[in-house]
This record gives sequence, C-alpha cells and structure tokens, in this order.
Amino acid sequence: MNKKEMIALLLAGGQGSRLGVLTKNVAKPAVLYGGKYRIIDFSLSNCINSGIDTVGVLTQYQPLKLNSHIGIGKPWDMDRIDGGVTILSPYLKAESGEWFKGTANAVYQNIHYVDRYSPEYVIILSGDHIYKMDYSKMLDFHKENKADATISVINVPYEEASRYGIMNCHDNGNIYEFEEKPKNPKSTLASMGVYIFNWLTLREYLIKDNECPDSDNDFGKNIIPSMLKDGKSMWAYQFSGYWRDVGTIQAFWESNMDLVGRVPPFNLFDADWKIYTPNPVKPAHYIGPSACVKKSMIAEGCTIYGTVINSILFPGVLVEEGAVIQDSIVMSNSKICKNVSINKSIISELVTIGANSRLGEGADIQNEFKPSIYNSGITVVGEQANIPDSAIIGKNVMIDVGVGPEDFDSLFIESGKSVFKGGVIE
Amino acid sequence: MKNVMGIILSGGRSTKLKELSTMRSSPAVPVGGKYRAVDFVLSNMVNSGIRNVGVITQYSFRSLMDHLGSGKEWDLDRKTDGLFIFPPFLSDDNSGWYRGTADSMYNNLTFLKRSNEEYVLISQGNCVYTTTFDDMLRQHKETEADITIAYREMNDVPIEELSNMGILQVAEDQRVIDFQEKPIHPNSLLGSLGTYIIKRELLMSLLEECVAHGYYDFVLDILVKMLHKLKIYGYKFNGYWRSVSSVQMYYRCNMELLKPEVSNDLFGSAKIFTKVKDEAPAKFNEEAEVRNSIVADGCIIEGTVENSVLFRGVTVKKGAVVKDSIVMQESIIEENATLNYAILDKNVILSKGRCLKGEETWPIIIGKNVMV
Repeated sequence: MNKKEMIALLLAGGQGSRLGVLTKNVAKPAVLYGGKYRIIDFSLSNCINSGIDTVGVLTQYQPLKLNSHIGIGKPWDMDRIDGGVTILSPYLKAESGEWFKGTANAVYQNIHYVDRYSPEYVIILSGDHIYKMDYSKMLDFHKENKADATISVINVPYEEASRYGIMNCHDNGNIYEFEEKPKNPKSTLASMGVYIFNWLTLREYLIKDNECPDSDNDFGKNIIPSMLKDGKSMWAYQFSGYWRDVGTIQAFWESNMDLVGRVPPFNLFDADWKIYTPNPVKPAHYIGPSACVKKSMIAEGCTIYGTVINSILFPGVLVEEGAVIQDSIVMSNSKICKNVSINKSIISELVTIGANSRLGEGADIQNEFKPSIYNSGITVVGEQANIPDSAIIGKNVMIDVGVGPEDFDSLFIESGKSVFKGGVIE
Repeated sequence: MKNVMGIILSGGRSTKLKELSTMRSSPAVPVGGKYRAVDFVLSNMVNSGIRNVGVITQYSFRSLMDHLGSGKEWDLDRKTDGLFIFPPFLSDDNSGWYRGTADSMYNNLTFLKRSNEEYVLISQGNCVYTTTFDDMLRQHKETEADITIAYREMNDVPIEELSNMGILQVAEDQRVIDFQEKPIHPNSLLGSLGTYIIKRELLMSLLEECVAHGYYDFVLDILVKMLHKLKIYGYKFNGYWRSVSSVQMYYRCNMELLKPEVSNDLFGSAKIFTKVKDEAPAKFNEEAEVRNSIVADGCIIEGTVENSVLFRGVTVKKGAVVKDSIVMQESIIEENATLNYAILDKNVILSKGRCLKGEETWPIIIGKNVMV
C-alpha cells in the first residue's frame, strides 16, 4: 500500500432523527438534496476536488441506500487501485461485536484501516453538511502552524452560537478553550465538524479515550477537550463560504430554497468545483406547452405540464396539467396528478399525489406527534406514499412512508396531524 | 441475446449535415439535449444483451472516440468482450483508408474471427430509434435466412429522403425480392434501416469473397448482387425511426422529440445511455418563459424558450427569445438576442440584441465556437 499524506474519514453514521420521515429508511448523509444530489456528495466531492483520493466512510444506520449510492466510488473518480472510497461498518470481532458508540469510537474501531496507508494526517468530516471547501488549504494552514489538530470554524450569528461547539482562540487562531454548546458563548466561531489531526497523535488519544469507561467517545466532547487540556497545539482555521447543517426539516428546506435565487449564495454551476453524484439514466427534461416554470431547479427526466414556482424537482418527476407546485421540494420519480396544489412541502421519492389534492394549506399549527420536528409550516410526505384524489392536507402534517389511500380516515387532514401506515405509530 | 455480437458502421462523411459534420462523424452528432446519435444503437444493443460491440470509424472520429471512451457508460468496459473501436490502419496487407463498408469489416476480420458469437448484428451509427433486437433474431432463425434486413414503412419521411436509402420490396413471406440502393425513383416506401443480422461465419466468407474480387461495399456488392443467391429476408420495424443524415432530417428529428408520443417511444421503456457530464439541474429564473421545450442539465434560463431543444449548459439571458431552434452545449444567448429556426453548434455566443432567423425547411446553422 502506498503511503498517503492525508486520508479522510467521513462520519456518515447519524440517523438524523430531526429530519423525521425523510430519514426513516436512510441515513442522513443519503438524504436527497438540491435536485439530484445526496447530502454526502458535497463532502465526497470536496475530497476529490481537494486532491484526497482515499476516504473511509463510517456508517451504521440504514446503510443500503448509502452503500448503493457510493458503490465503488466511480462518480467521484474514487474507483482507484490504491485507496479510493471504502465503506467501514461495524462488524463482529472474535469476542464480541459492537456498534460505534460515538464519533471517536467509530474512528477507533477502524484504526487498522488508517494504518494501512500510514498517513501523516487524517481529516475527519461529517457527511451531513452542505459546503464547498478546499481541504488542501486547511492542510497548508495546519502544517504552517505545526499544529497537532486544526479545527475548521465558521462565524455564526451570536444568538445561534449556543447550538454549536464554540472555539475561543487568540488572534492568530491558536485555540485556548473549547466549549460544547455554551449558554453564554464567548465567541461566535463555531466548529464545522471538520478536523485535521496528526495521525500518530490522534491514534494515541483514541486508544486512551477507549480505555476510559465514562467517556462518550466523541470528538467534540472528549478528544478535543482532552487534547486542549494536555496543551497540544490546536488551531482554528476560519472558513467563510456557504456552510449549512441541514439536520432539521426547516434547515433542509431553507438550504434547498437558497439554490433557486437569482444569484444563489451556493453555486452548483461552478465548473472549477463540480459536485459529483451518480447521474440518472434519463433524457433531458421536457416542459410542456401549458407549463410555467419560474425560480426553480428542474432535473433530468422530469415532464412538466403544470406550474412550478420557487421549487426543486428531482429526476423523473411528472407534473400534470393544472397542478401548481410552490415553495416545495419534490424528490425523484414522484407523480403530481392533475390540478394538485402543493405549498411549502417536501415530497419524498416515488410518491403519488392524487388529482385535485391540496397540500400545505391552513393554519400553522405544530405537529401533535413530533412537535419538535414538524413546526416550521412544512408538510412532509414520506417515500412511496400514495395520497388519494381530492385530499386536503394542512401544514406541519407528516405523511408516513408507504401510506396508501386506505390509511386515510378522512380526506381532510388538519394542520399538525399525521397519517401513519396502517394507522400505527411506530 | 448472448449469441450475437454487434458491429456499428460509422464511417462515412455526411456532407448533407453541412457544418454539423465538419468536425465530427455523423454518429457523433448531438441529439435531443444530451445524446449523440450513436447512443441509440449502442443502447439498443446493450439493452438486447449484446456484450461485444465493434465500432468501425474513419471520418473525423476524435469526438466519437472521446464520447465512447472505454464504453463505461454503456456497461461495455468488460474484461472479456466489451467495446472496440476500429479506425483505419496501415499494414502490409492494408492500404489504410477503408474503401467501403465491406472493406472496413474485412480489414477487421480478426475481430470477427476472435469472437465466439454465432450471429452478427450490423448497424448504422447515425439513426435515432429504440428497440431490442430479440424479435428480429427470432425471425431470422425461424425463416432460416442468410441475411435479415430491418426495414420500415417510410410514409412519414419526405420522398426526396427516400433516394438516400436502400429501398426494398418484400414478398408475403418477408423474403426480399428487390433492393434498390439510393434510387432516384424509389419503387416502394419500404426503407432499409441499415441493420442486418447474419451468421458470423457466413459474413466472414462473404467479405473475403467480395474483397478478393475487388468489391468493397456491403450493400451494393453483397446484398444487391447476391439478392437471389442468398436467402435475404426483411424484418418489419414499426416504431419511431429517423436517420439524422441531412440538416433537414436532423432538425426534424430533434423537433419531433418534443412530441410526447415520440419521446415516450424512445425513452419510455428503455434506458438510453450516454456519456455523463456532471452538471447541476437546470435553473429557471423569475423571468423564464419556457414552453414545449427540452432543457438539459446545467442550463440557466432567464429568457423565453419555445419549441426548442437546449443542450447541456446553455445560458439564455434576460429578454432573449429562442424559438423553434436547437442550441448545443455551452452556447450563450445574450440579452435581447433572438433566435428563430436556427441550429447553434457548441460554444456559440449570440451577442446582445442580435437576431438570427432561418426557415422551417432551411434552418440556419452556426458552427462551433463562433461568436455572432
């Protein structure tokens, strides 16, 4: 095995429960985003665009779609003889098997994977953020400072700072304090969950951390604080581009909507920093004679006879005549029948919305079943759901994966209600 | 169809495609927003289960080779068999340029010898249609034909185009009783699709015999001459089919893709594979007015687009109007420019306020990399 200067470990394990029904069958990094991508495409594309060709993807939750999406890494040019992309899932060892307990534990369990490449540095990434970043510049910064660890940070508004891990550092970027979700943040430099470590140093800390029984085995909670305590050379690398954690329904919807502006803050059309993903085998999309499409992104294989405004359509969506889609996201191969009206909703893959139905109408009442998830006025329809003709569905409504017309007691679903498959709450 | 190998003939120069074929052979002509003509026959072969395909080429084949690459996109990057590209070459026995279709296959006889399949499917690379060849092979076996020629009733093709085709007459049992190559006065509407099934061994011996006598054309020197010596049958194809062999046919074919029944025939049940470009989904801004058009990935549209086909990465700026036109990859229509009955090749820039207008029967063509 050739020695690599730096390899990447991509933490793609999270269930992302705050994305509700969108992550019922897939891990958060595999959730569809931006008309043709999955969230993990951004980190993977950053890697290859930064010259990192060896990436270990650590995953354990609902891996099927993630595995089939990544495959042998061909779309990212990572089908390499030496290195490339490797999916690392938990496995049974001689004595016992264990799931990844925390982010640090996930890396600990794959120390031998990293050792194969004996890298100088490892970069730890999370697979659930939308951003474009040249990691090679961060590595230069790490080397210049002779750092043990470099953490990339972004300036967030003061009122949001308490949601993040906050770095307190000297003017030159040297970190002297780290606070995880502080009530009264001293700075607004939030950790983006992107870390570069000297591998041998990190290796030592991972082993030490694993021996500590009361540790959460987490980078933010354990590894970074204990390195700081030991006086290691820790640096903050300031990033100033578009960066979004799309971990909630609202953030996910907003970040998608960011893409349809005239000059979007996040540019997918950048020829020098392409975002790669497996391309669908579908013809270019067709806009019919009666269609009206404005402020929207439309992917290949769509057929549009209705009206689409301020929305994002994934490959293979059919919008029949008279249908109006506004402020919404419609994922792959869904069918929107005649005269349907959809407002501020997220429609998952392979959904059928029956003729004359209306979604996202009425008062903004938070969801009764999961108020902490569905509370921003967005109605979410799970994959393969089939909504009957003439249904009227309110705001903050959750329609479960695979729901059929038989699961509807009434055609009128008030705001804040949910429809479950077989009427059973899981 | 494991027992069939494919040969795609993509050699000749298509002068009737004018500027569209000065830099590329006709199978590499872009069609339908994201494809090249050769994608259709290649996908048809792959969808039929053919795994061993040779593409014989000689005219401006750079873009064709670039497009086909290792055959990855068609799942033809295989350890055994897969995709082979055969440009002309010099050796002790070969003079280089292929002197005709039979000569081009004869020059690559080694490919035929080294393959194991019992049958060969020979096809043209510049036709837009979707099919699988299973049914044709079944008929070929049932009739115990030496050669089966796919044909189609060309009642939707202008009469003058018929004189660019092979025209055949078939008996009730489908046996071909007459074959006219590019006749001035066609005596039927049955046009050959340039697609043949023949046993590999028979093909090799026919080619050897033909070239030994100094004849080089598969159609004229084998099909037509041996029409009554060999058992040649016709196979009737009923679907949508166009050969993009002239500017008029090229324009017409692209415009026909706007009809749902045509695009359904081509893309409804089969996957048509092509080289991917990793573009973002097309973006429509607030002022966009798009009707009855095909728009590929990577386009950014702020103007009006009607009855048109836009290839990948086309920009239509504010106030610009594109009507009844074909605009290829990465071209830019600047503010308030107007396009009507036009074909813009790749990387064309139509400057602010400019107006280009052709006729439906005579669309104006702007060659690659031109700024108007």
